Amino acid sequence: MTALREDFKEILRLVRPNTRVLDVGCGEGDLLELLTQEKGVDGQGLEISPSGVAACLAKGIAAVQGDGDRDLDHFPTQAFDYAILSKTLQQMREPRHVLTELMRIADRALVSVPNFGHWRMRWALLTQGRMPETKALPDPWWSTPNIHLCTLRDFTTLCAELGLRIEACAAVSPDQPARNIDPARPIENWRAETALFLLTRERPRPPAPERAATGDLFD
Amino acid sequence: MSQTVIESPAIETNGGTLRLPADAPLRLDSGATLAPLEIAYKTYGRLNAERSNAVLVCHALTGDQHAASVHPITGKPGWWNRVIGPGLPLDPDRYFIICTNVVGGCMGSTGPSSIDPATGKPFGLTFPVITIADMVRAQAMLLDALGIETLFAAVGGSMGGMQVLQWAADYPQRLHSAVCIAAAARHSAQNIAFHEVGRQAIMADPDWRGGAYEAHGVRPEKGLAVARMAAHITYLSEAALQRKFGRELQRDGLSWGFDAPDFQVESYLRYQGASFVDRFDANSYLYITRALDYFDLAASHGGVLANAFRRARDVRFCVLSFSSDWLYSTGESRDIVRALNAAGCRASFVEIETDKGHDAIFLEEPVLHSALRGFFESQATRRGLA
Repeated sequence: MTALREDFKEILRLVRPNTRVLDVGCGEGDLLELLTQEKGVDGQGLEISPSGVAACLAKGIAAVQGDGDRDLDHFPTQAFDYAILSKTLQQMREPRHVLTELMRIADRALVSVPNFGHWRMRWALLTQGRMPETKALPDPWWSTPNIHLCTLRDFTTLCAELGLRIEACAAVSPDQPARNIDPARPIENWRAETALFLLTRERPRPPAPERAATGDLFD
Repeated sequence: MSQTVIESPAIETNGGTLRLPADAPLRLDSGATLAPLEIAYKTYGRLNAERSNAVLVCHALTGDQHAASVHPITGKPGWWNRVIGPGLPLDPDRYFIICTNVVGGCMGSTGPSSIDPATGKPFGLTFPVITIADMVRAQAMLLDALGIETLFAAVGGSMGGMQVLQWAADYPQRLHSAVCIAAAARHSAQNIAFHEVGRQAIMADPDWRGGAYEAHGVRPEKGLAVARMAAHITYLSEAALQRKFGRELQRDGLSWGFDAPDFQVESYLRYQGASFVDRFDANSYLYITRALDYFDLAASHGGVLANAFRRARDVRFCVLSFSSDWLYSTGESRDIVRALNAAGCRASFVEIETDKGHDAIFLEEPVLHSALRGFFESQATRRGLA
């Protein structure tokens, strides 16, 4: 691996050591490998592509081939300390549901979203009148996997609706160090290319229900 | 790197038959008991001083304990010699690998062809019906006898994978990790249907003699061969059959008759059937297919598969399936993984892209081997194995 991705650096800074981490859309497991080596986390990945999962397994990273839209429902409540969703939320069919599920499964979520309110987007749309193609979102509209794009303000509004607290927020871009920002400031909705959020629930969740013990028919 | 290794003399191989006395019976799910019990097994490698490197390899329906050693009847290399061997994912230099012949089998473990101590004759159909859980219970008894408390891993494909799931349900505290390849948590109607075809083929053979063929000095070879032929089709994908044989003929032109096989695929299946009867017992085939048909891990845990794994939260799982396997399809593996996740177990899962069908378990399949290697490597680190 070449230089560490700036968003990975920021995630590495935010995740506490020796915690349980679920990385949704973990790709080839680079982030989980990093977190395992540097923070001693107990990691689990969810990845849609078979080759990505195979690469994870070959690295010794636990990963399940599955679809973040469908398969999060099968994870038990509060099974992880952190759920990570790195630049994937905008590719989900049901981002709101996915976010809710992440916060059910984990105590904290680390979610990064490309900001469609960035000035380059606005400028491209204003001047060309066409869907912007930028470094952060390089695909033409007809082939982009990003089907649910949002602005910084859209995302913070959804967090408020879902009762999620933004513990930390950083603007990240590929070539610059992460910069802590206040996502409520309007200027950040112009200048943050991608924003990384550390989310928790507003109110502490009631304890998970006890599971009923069941007998074995063959006993 | 080539992973094809044919029988290496460097492997330290041991094994034999464990004979348990009559006062240590195997208690069966059916309520019956089996005693004295014999369990034939093979080992590869050496148990370390901490007794922490034992791996149980569980065989499939028609497999046996010769996972990585030459088969005494066929002379062929072990059925998993692409996975077990020096430099391979299960290296006998590092692990103590144990493979047992399942109870009900015909390669030395107590089965329907064994002598019933009560009559002095082979059991035949008086042998009690066995289950996957019975097979696993017998394996646990062998491990007790070998002085192995916990397994580094239980590994198996097809029926072997079902045994692995049963291990996780029944003996989670004796398990560090588990690998389940191309299996299912229950037998589907289609699975049962194919097995019934095989059983009926055996029982329709006049030489079957109500299961008492040995007393008559005959064997239902035709019926068993047909059973194997039907089953063998389910182990291959349509694409693999087409790629291998297409409509290729055995000789020039059609025979316009039924005496000789016209098509190469017919000849291949006939060969599969004919060679199978040399090494397998017809009654064992009935009993083991029955055990598979009875397998339903959720049903024995209140109808909820996740309940089977609730006690296995410290076990690390690796579940693998093959895209072209229609016998135990990827959907079956996904159900297992969802249940594991729901039970709070750590699981890895990947569907391996291949056109080789169910048989891919035993074939050259680089992604399978790299996945196994990575999983065992990470688990060995977690277990503190050198």
